[in-house]
Amino acid sequence: MRKYLIVCFTCLMLLGLIACTAKTPPAAEIENPVIRLSTTTSVNDSGLLPYLQPHFEADTGYKLEITSAGTGAAIEKARTGDADCLLVHAKSSEEDFIGEGFGEERLPFMFNYFVIVGPADDPAGIKDAATAAEAFAAIANSGSKFVSRGDDSGTHVKEKNIWKDAGFDPAEEDWYISVGAGMGQTLTVADEELAYTLSDKATFLAHDNSLSLLKEEAEDMKNTYSLIAITPERWEDTNHAGALAFIEWITSGKALDLIDKYGIEEYGEPLFFSMR
Amino acid sequence: MDGLIKAINLLFGENPELRQIIAVTLRMSLISTSISSLVGIPLGALIGSREFKGKHWVQRFTNTLMGVPPVVAGLAVFLMLSRSGPLGSLKLLYSVTAMVIAQVVLITPIMTGLTATIISIPAPRIRETAQGVGISTWRQMGLMIYECRSQLVSTVLVGFGRAIAEVGAVQIVGGNVQYKTRVMTTAIMMQTNMGKFHFAISLGIVLLVISFGINALVNYLESRGNA
Repeated sequence: MRKYLIVCFTCLMLLGLIACTAKTPPAAEIENPVIRLSTTTSVNDSGLLPYLQPHFEADTGYKLEITSAGTGAAIEKARTGDADCLLVHAKSSEEDFIGEGFGEERLPFMFNYFVIVGPADDPAGIKDAATAAEAFAAIANSGSKFVSRGDDSGTHVKEKNIWKDAGFDPAEEDWYISVGAGMGQTLTVADEELAYTLSDKATFLAHDNSLSLLKEEAEDMKNTYSLIAITPERWEDTNHAGALAFIEWITSGKALDLIDKYGIEEYGEPLFFSMR
Repeated sequence: MDGLIKAINLLFGENPELRQIIAVTLRMSLISTSISSLVGIPLGALIGSREFKGKHWVQRFTNTLMGVPPVVAGLAVFLMLSRSGPLGSLKLLYSVTAMVIAQVVLITPIMTGLTATIISIPAPRIRETAQGVGISTWRQMGLMIYECRSQLVSTVLVGFGRAIAEVGAVQIVGGNVQYKTRVMTTAIMMQTNMGKFHFAISLGIVLLVISFGINALVNYLESRGNA
């Protein structure tokens, strides 16, 4: 009797195991299950993509390979055929990319705000500025140090546009430090040099430094993220179907809800806002 | 191939920034190699020329320092020079001086270790002869350095090669600041990350040419030393 029970139990366990494996989506249906997503550091280093990735993979059966770099470099990876899908934030560079025939359309799907951070005592007095351009003008006029990404990233492009709006060309100035690096290192340099810098909010909150958030949510500091599926015309082995599946998923109600919730637990506020 | 042509055009064309980067690189490498040689060679000669208690341990210690990963040395110098570090008041971080300090920390042990090994070969012979004639130990050391001069020059060139090719430490303490601390290796990293490959290739060519030159010089000196 006891032997019989053990056999029964084992059979049940085996059945359970089979049921478990059968539950995972059948990968065989998808021709090419790997999607190479080239993206900007702000969405990867802030933890947003690592947070969305398991949901996407469980829902669709695709596998996401994420590489992150400044927007300029991220787009370049798509140009050289090393990516299937782009998630970046520099409108003018994106439009150039599409103009060259590498992608069909850019689909803006979420946004947040850039922030201006700097030393807590705010020597240039930018706290009272109404816009980012005014704040930059105050920094330039006071001769306070400013650290620039200097790497053609989305944040760098935005920074250059704000300088233009403010009517300054600081590239050759003594107080302008161009580091040609990612957001993390730029914040480290700004912290060490007691300087101002422009950052995306997510990276700033995740970075360990003594800088203060001095200016945020001005209208000229909006930061829009877009998706572009790369056409298979230039590079034959581009996983176009996979890119479209990713775009469809991340613009679905479920994913947008996840994006709106991200960051609330850790920082008390969302880091990204979906556009619907 | 297209990138290579662009790179060569860039190299011989009008690009002040490229030349400025090369100039900073050479200045940094020359200063750090000089300091490391001035400290490392006498120290190595001191260790290699005589027998003393604990020599074994001194050599082991030097060998360990020779293998310190550059990023670790860079991190250590960064923490020293950081605004919150013990030498923060000197405000040296993100300057060429900071990069030279990091490189001296890296290269001096290499110079010391290599010199000690080179000197220890003729040391017993010279010591024996010198003692017979009654020459002081300090002058003995001088004789040994003179005897090994061609190998020691190649040691200096090895140090220089290391200085010019190093990237981890100078990135951390130099910060890759444009017009100030951007050197060839950190610029190559940055340009590659930005997808501007032809600029990166140009700098790569310069680095290759310099390192080829150094190698040729080392070979020439060694063959002359053996003759």
